[in-house]
Amino acid sequence: MDRQFRSPAAPAGPRIRPAQHDTVENPARITARDVDVFYGDKQAIFDVSMDIPEKSVTAFIGPSGCGKSTFLRCFNRMNDTIDICRVLGTITMDGEDIHDPALDVVELRARVGMVFQKPNPFPKSIYDNIAYGPRIHGLVNSRAETDELVISSLKKAGLYKEVADRLDAPGTGLSGGQQQRLCIARAIATGPEVILMDEPCSALDPIATAIVEDLIHELKEQYTIIIVTHSMQQAARVSQKTAFFHLGRLIEYDTTETIFVNPREAQTEAYITGRIG
Amino acid sequence: MTSLLIAALVLIVLGLAYQQGAARSRALAGAGRLHSRPRYHGALVALWAAVPLLFVLALWGLVSGALEDWYIQPVVQANVASGDSLATALQRVQGLASGFGVSGQPAPWEIDAAQTLRAFQRQLQFSAIALGAILAIGGLLIARRRVSARLRARNHVEAAVRAALILCSVIAIFTTLGIVLSLLFETLRFFSFVSPAEFFFGTVWQPGYASTGSEATGGYGMVPLLVGTLMIASIAMLVAIPVGLMTAIWLTQYASRRVRTLLKPMIEILAGIPTIVYGFFALVTVGPFLSDLGDVIGLNITATSALTAGLVMGIMIIPFVSSLSDDIIRQVPSAMRDGSLGLGATKSETIRMVIFPAALPGIVGAILLAVSRAIGETMIVVLAAGNAPILRFNPFEATSSFTVTIVAALTGDSDFASPQSLVAFALGLTLFVLTLMLNIGALAVVRRYREQYE
Repeated sequence: MDRQFRSPAAPAGPRIRPAQHDTVENPARITARDVDVFYGDKQAIFDVSMDIPEKSVTAFIGPSGCGKSTFLRCFNRMNDTIDICRVLGTITMDGEDIHDPALDVVELRARVGMVFQKPNPFPKSIYDNIAYGPRIHGLVNSRAETDELVISSLKKAGLYKEVADRLDAPGTGLSGGQQQRLCIARAIATGPEVILMDEPCSALDPIATAIVEDLIHELKEQYTIIIVTHSMQQAARVSQKTAFFHLGRLIEYDTTETIFVNPREAQTEAYITGRIG
Repeated sequence: MTSLLIAALVLIVLGLAYQQGAARSRALAGAGRLHSRPRYHGALVALWAAVPLLFVLALWGLVSGALEDWYIQPVVQANVASGDSLATALQRVQGLASGFGVSGQPAPWEIDAAQTLRAFQRQLQFSAIALGAILAIGGLLIARRRVSARLRARNHVEAAVRAALILCSVIAIFTTLGIVLSLLFETLRFFSFVSPAEFFFGTVWQPGYASTGSEATGGYGMVPLLVGTLMIASIAMLVAIPVGLMTAIWLTQYASRRVRTLLKPMIEILAGIPTIVYGFFALVTVGPFLSDLGDVIGLNITATSALTAGLVMGIMIIPFVSSLSDDIIRQVPSAMRDGSLGLGATKSETIRMVIFPAALPGIVGAILLAVSRAIGETMIVVLAAGNAPILRFNPFEATSSFTVTIVAALTGDSDFASPQSLVAFALGLTLFVLTLMLNIGALAVVRRYREQYE
């Protein structure tokens, strides 16, 4: 992954080339309007609005502490789990307000899967890790159904071949990259429509990163993916649209091609060429 | 007063020696690079001065008593009336000499002897201090001469520090060893009266309290006590485990931060209540209440019973279980919790299926520690269990335990060498082995748990 890596402090060099994607934009799946997030008295996100197209990869980039992860966690209301966190504004998914009291957060999280920065398999077997979500949501009724769902999820995450003979082994015994793909398989198993990825490759080595990136590429055929990443190269490689955050504000949101080749804002240009960050 | 003077002397010697060493090394610093900083040189010289001084003082403290006895004994022996105890007369003279006085009117020879003894004591003290001072000054001078740029004072001081640390830990180890050995030897003495088989497997506890003689009469079977102990501990755990665990889960997972900071110390106050207070709470309040309750629902519950003692002991152990479990549950990485919540699990599903299983080994360790605490608890059982060492399995009746029986065996007025008293050591050793095994088990479980996330 690091073929094009430059130190952020390096002077502006050749631009990162985004991968060529079809430029036809899919219809918006998720819309955010005027979202503010507060941690106690401190405001972390300021008035962010954006539309996220379905069945594509949207990348959030920006320097550390810019609020990109906080904003990502709004989409499955993970910020609810933090006592002092308040989210204002409207986020809709398929036209439904996700903060509507009539909408159950459990149901929302089944539809919006999440993959975390550090692989976090449960201290259970590989099989039970995958079966966890389907079981609590009652998606499977028999052992045979569970088997089938576990295997198909592992296959979708490209992990099945590596673990087929040891599904009963603990998930924590896998390598970091395998653990992260296990977590992706675990998220897929509940049948989500959207998958949120919070720096999924930051704890992985370049080879494991490349495998996960290929996986993201395949998954976007079926799922709407939002990925937070520290690596601009990764954003350029995997995403169709890119949003640049700085100090809690959305500075620029456009196709990845535009952001990396012809950004409108000076701040974006400064960041992607390595002058701030 | 003298001890204060001696302490002042030691401090002065220490300060002087330190200052001398530091100053000397500083003077050398101009000539070349010092191996050690001046303060290490100072500390080394201070050690050289203080160690011989302290050694002499310690020696004086240890042998002065014996020396004084040896000095005054002939005088006392010559005057003491036949038939009176020599030891008592010695004690009277010593009491007079130290200025504590004695009961009754002291005889003239006693006053004379006391004065002689007093003079000897002064002499002894003076020579000890003089010898100590000479050695200290000698040590100081020698060490001061040895100060040089290349002297590895730092290494020497570090070695002295290490030696002091080892000495302290050795004290703890030898104390433990001494306790275990004394328990062991007294137990062996007890087994010369009563066979181990009868003690460990006998079902009758009825030691005959013969006022004289050292014959073992009656039954010395510890099974009724074991049953009583385990019954009370089980009831305590039945109360403490569910309540303590649920408290811990609520505090870690549900309570808001404000509530938690308010409630946690309040729960821990329970742990600070002296057990004797729990004991009379059990005796005065809980026991009669349970007895009345038994009347209402048609059960015959004695006021002092295994149930009373167990219930109150359970309440006492709640903070123990909840505090330990709280820490263990908190150690489960929050990434686990987020992973589960992110999949759409509810809070209680997350706790039941992810957090609790992950914390379980640690919680088991906490519970085992609590059990060993319950087994060793004395005061509550003494007051609330009724002290009836009879083999029965009914928690509504009075019972007894190891600890209660040990108290009873040692507080009676029977001869200390009689089996009635010695049995306390055998019971103590059994209790010790029991709790030791529980503790080892708990530690093993906790250790395995620690490795899990690393």
